[in-house]
Amino acid sequence: MTDDPTTPAAGTPVSKDAPVKPVTPAVPPNLGGKTTSAAVAPRRPAAAKKVADDTSPLLSRRHWLGLAWGSFTAASAAALAATGRFMFPNVLNEPPQQFKIGFPDEYVPGVDERWKVRYGVWIVRTPSDIVQEASGFYALISVCTHLGCTPNWLSAEVKFKCPCHGSGFRPTGVNFEGPAPRPLERARIVLAEDGQILVDKARKFQFELGQWADPESFLRS
Amino acid sequence: MDAIKDFFNFFADPRVFFLLTLTGFILMIWRRDVFTTPRVGYGLQVFLVLFFGLGLFDENFRLIVAKPDNVPIVGLVFLLLFFTWYSMRQAVLNDRRLDRGEPVEEKVEEDRVWVWPDLVYTELICLVLCSVVLIVWSIVLKAPLEQPANAAATPNPSKAPWYFLGLQEMLVYFDPWLAGVVLPTLIIVGLMAIPYIDTNPKGSGYYTFKERKAEISIFIFGFVVLWASLIVLGTFLRGPNWNFFGPFEYWDIHKLEALTNVNLSEYIWLQGVGVGLPSNWFVREFFGIVLLLLYIVALPVILARGVLKTYYEKLGPPRYCVGIFLFLMMLSLPMKMLARWLFNLKYIVAIPEFFFNI
Repeated sequence: MTDDPTTPAAGTPVSKDAPVKPVTPAVPPNLGGKTTSAAVAPRRPAAAKKVADDTSPLLSRRHWLGLAWGSFTAASAAALAATGRFMFPNVLNEPPQQFKIGFPDEYVPGVDERWKVRYGVWIVRTPSDIVQEASGFYALISVCTHLGCTPNWLSAEVKFKCPCHGSGFRPTGVNFEGPAPRPLERARIVLAEDGQILVDKARKFQFELGQWADPESFLRS
Repeated sequence: MDAIKDFFNFFADPRVFFLLTLTGFILMIWRRDVFTTPRVGYGLQVFLVLFFGLGLFDENFRLIVAKPDNVPIVGLVFLLLFFTWYSMRQAVLNDRRLDRGEPVEEKVEEDRVWVWPDLVYTELICLVLCSVVLIVWSIVLKAPLEQPANAAATPNPSKAPWYFLGLQEMLVYFDPWLAGVVLPTLIIVGLMAIPYIDTNPKGSGYYTFKERKAEISIFIFGFVVLWASLIVLGTFLRGPNWNFFGPFEYWDIHKLEALTNVNLSEYIWLQGVGVGLPSNWFVREFFGIVLLLLYIVALPVILARGVLKTYYEKLGPPRYCVGIFLFLMMLSLPMKMLARWLFNLKYIVAIPEFFFNI
């Protein structure tokens, strides 16, 4: 083979001057919708014969592939469905965003922690607010503005202190120590028809956006 | 006895602690021929054994150090010291050989590998010891489940897993998006970029310090002084309300520390100029932004023309820019920590209007 200049083996240098004859005329066969490998004329009889030998009488290669892909698709779909099922948990523990917290005269001046566990708010009654400059109530949401831990109310030090990175907030909610970049958020607080205080956590008021001046962020009394 | 405890508690103050690690680092690099003698190596390990061993008699110390979560960090202290000492020792010994004109130790017997019985026996012994240690550890130290998660009750102090304590410490000094996203990304990307920035072929396959002074010093500074010592600091010295406590100090939840933090803009406008804060955020933070640009843009240029001129010429502009940027980002952590501890400085640029605080 290597002596034949027209079909050089790999690695054999071929002189540029040598006349190169085309080995076979490069006429594309009429594929007729079949794959290229199947349409290569000289290999066809041998390949077909081999396939015929390997095929079991019960399950042809085509059927086996169909079955395999079918099961794979079914398994994938089932896994996807199971993942989708996680989006709908059996128990959804979402406390209501709007709730009544009793009558104003049930609160003494200062920070009240009774709704922290259940609703995640502190109710503060103050004789004079820093923004509204009036006496009344506001509801602080108990989520640290740094990374969302729940701060602790330290009554002796008169501050909220976050155990995760040491952010500290005054009873007004304004941050003064640690890394928290902005004050705690206040929730909407109004009087309901029956005279109880209604807190609505769906509406939040941020100090740095000037929202603490909103009449609904503070309940005058 | 109390005097000794007070002595160690004094060194646990973050400023002193950081100064101490920094001094140790400089001494280790500067007097490496002394540091790498067996006498100093054994001495430091014995001192640590005595410190932890005798310290266990103190109730407060025992509560922190013997806590199952924290035991790995005790091991980390010993191992880190040993491996730093060992690699420096190999480097110093090789440097001496190079000075004498001899080949480095790793190249002396390059043509053979000591497998049987040396390597195989070593591996067997390591295998047996590691299995024993892990089995004893898992039996003796408990890792119980805690109470069910409760959004209203965050444990106080709330500590990350030990390998994230350096990150948690960073979060105290930087805004979350910076300390939680940008800086960790830069650490990972920066580590990946090292082979492309540091193209010094020397030191490949053997220990040496003399031929790679800057590279090794920067790495030890970043890994030991910043990352590992912040893990130690976060494990042993952070207590309730994320306050600093000495190792022999009672974890008083009501410990009062004046930590009132002040932004740079407040320092300048309220205390410096004596007028109120400007309402426009750009005017308010102008000086902080200028300072930031000076640090990130102007400083590399000044350094390239001055102190780091040889490095700039050796590395070329692209490598130099990437390298110096990563280096300055690394240095921003200790600078920010010191600024917080010394001047109660909170943010250099503070624009809470759109969550941009640096």
